[in-house]
Amino acid sequence: MSNNNGYKLVQGNEACVEGALAAGMRFYAGYPITPSTEIAEISAQKLPQIGGKFIQMEDELASMAAIIGGSLAGLKSMTATSGPGFSLMQENIGYAALAEIPCVIVNVQRGGPSTGMPTSPAQGDIMQAKWGTHGDHPSISLTPNSVQETYEYTIKAFNIAEKYRTPVVLLMDETVGHMREKLKIKDSSEIEVINRKKPTCEPKDYVAYRPDEDMVPQMASFGEGYRYHVTGLTHDETGFPTNNNDVSGKLVQRIVDKVEKNIDDITYYEEYRMEDAEIVIVAFGGVSRAAKSAIDDMREKNIKVGMFRPITIWPFLEKQINDVAQKAKEIYVAEMNLGQYFLEVDRVAGKKCPVKKINKINGELITPNEITYAVTGGAIND
Amino acid sequence: MTNTNCNEMTQKYYRVDRMPHIWCPGCGHGTLMNTVVRAIDKVGLNKDDVVVVSGIGCSSRAPGYMDFNTLHTTHGRALAFATGIKMANPKLHVIVIMGDGDSSAIGGNHLIHAARRNIDITTIVFNNNIYGMTGGQFSPTTPYGDFATTAPFGNIDKAFDLCSLAQGAGATYVGRGTAYHAPLMQKLIEKGLENKGFSFIEGLSLCPTYYGRKNKKGNAFKMHSYFKDNCVDIKVVEKNPEKGENKILIGEFYNSPKTEYTEGYQVIIDKFQK
Repeated sequence: MSNNNGYKLVQGNEACVEGALAAGMRFYAGYPITPSTEIAEISAQKLPQIGGKFIQMEDELASMAAIIGGSLAGLKSMTATSGPGFSLMQENIGYAALAEIPCVIVNVQRGGPSTGMPTSPAQGDIMQAKWGTHGDHPSISLTPNSVQETYEYTIKAFNIAEKYRTPVVLLMDETVGHMREKLKIKDSSEIEVINRKKPTCEPKDYVAYRPDEDMVPQMASFGEGYRYHVTGLTHDETGFPTNNNDVSGKLVQRIVDKVEKNIDDITYYEEYRMEDAEIVIVAFGGVSRAAKSAIDDMREKNIKVGMFRPITIWPFLEKQINDVAQKAKEIYVAEMNLGQYFLEVDRVAGKKCPVKKINKINGELITPNEITYAVTGGAIND
Repeated sequence: MTNTNCNEMTQKYYRVDRMPHIWCPGCGHGTLMNTVVRAIDKVGLNKDDVVVVSGIGCSSRAPGYMDFNTLHTTHGRALAFATGIKMANPKLHVIVIMGDGDSSAIGGNHLIHAARRNIDITTIVFNNNIYGMTGGQFSPTTPYGDFATTAPFGNIDKAFDLCSLAQGAGATYVGRGTAYHAPLMQKLIEKGLENKGFSFIEGLSLCPTYYGRKNKKGNAFKMHSYFKDNCVDIKVVEKNPEKGENKILIGEFYNSPKTEYTEGYQVIIDKFQK
């Protein structure tokens, strides 16, 4: 590893840990799984050196549970996994959503379903990141496409989790997790770090789940003198369970609204050569890098093509996709699955212009040539 | 053994506004919950520093009634949540209350690993030999041959001895009491709280509504009487082994402190922190 002028040559997985530490992560609980394991290894190495804690749990169910516990006890907490482990975490991700416990879950996607292709890239967990846990719930997923972005968006994932008191998924793919690029580690003065709101009232006046105007309740840590109850049952503002239909309905609506109604605050995307684009490629994560290359090739042949790259995968960037569809003649959604994100793009854009799929699920990256071939019908493929 | 008087205890340690509790008439869980509270009082813990964690089931409703930092988690996972809490803030006294199915079926993996680590969590299992919340299905502690709604022709599963399981997995303090032997139960929990490590105390409870009715065990009084007549303290059996024949052993089974997990981690921090 080189270290020049604040630059390091590192893997995406290491950048993730650097970002997490910069955001204030002080507790990591996880279980080894390819291709995310380096995140656990590097956390195990670095956390005790700054007074933080690492624990290797017995499985991913326990890992997710432990980070919720760690967060409740006051430490910013994270776990990392891949498909099979992400499946095991789903129940407790729902718990964190309903009990409003900030935490970050990194999923470095690999080929699935089941054990699938552990060392190969895929983007097959797009819908799972949204709907993996049961019931209606808020879902936030961010997808970086480079080592530097992995660092930046891990920090943002923590900030969003803390601000909205909700689990946030950093949805990487094997390509980005294992790719080595230069990383600029920022000075702490350049990094915005958001911490959860703490109660300022006396403990006797604390109503644990009474939301402020921003729909987010103040959060005391266990041990700070605010003795309160936390449950995965639907609960009223006191935090105690209730079967009251009105209260239960409003609770679920609020935890969804606090994210959906603040979507502009968590909207991240990139537009590439979109100024006059008639053909738009929607791509994210590792595939977006191939798409950029394909677009440059096609632009040389005077094809007016550009890319819309969502970084915020969930909530779905409906407004931006709608804008893209107003101008585009054709949209292609390129992803390493059978068309999961396509479903959302088609739902919003499909009535305005044709939306087509470019998919690959064999464990190989989608290449620039394949994108060019799909878009041009082979006309300029070489 | 002078506990604060009963009314003071109630006001001090219970969320009286959450009463009445949901447990059926005759259930042993209320008595066991009370032994936990009395033990906390006796040991003299500050309420703000106590976290009570539970999973899902009848037993797991207990923390909701107790005035501490309380966390009602997902089925089987209480120890994993508790592990995160203890790691994040080792100054907290972490107590886990689980049921038999919660701790040893769906949560069995977490039980053996928390015990193996010897993390300082006092775990109390309210064992009523049945899944009560869902209406009387057999659990890993339902005796062989007994009946349950999912064992209508008799249970062919062999039962766990939870104390042996916990001890075998590495718990450093292990004991068993019953809802009938409440003073013993309280004493075991006190010693569990004082043990710096993973303590496991099984509290035999009774479920007259489901287990009792399915197996013709009679009412709560008869089920308590069964504990009275059929439990023998291990100290008695150690002197007179024949007194333990066909009896349920209770008392302190194991007390052998070893390095505690978060203390072990703190050694690493102290050595490598920059």
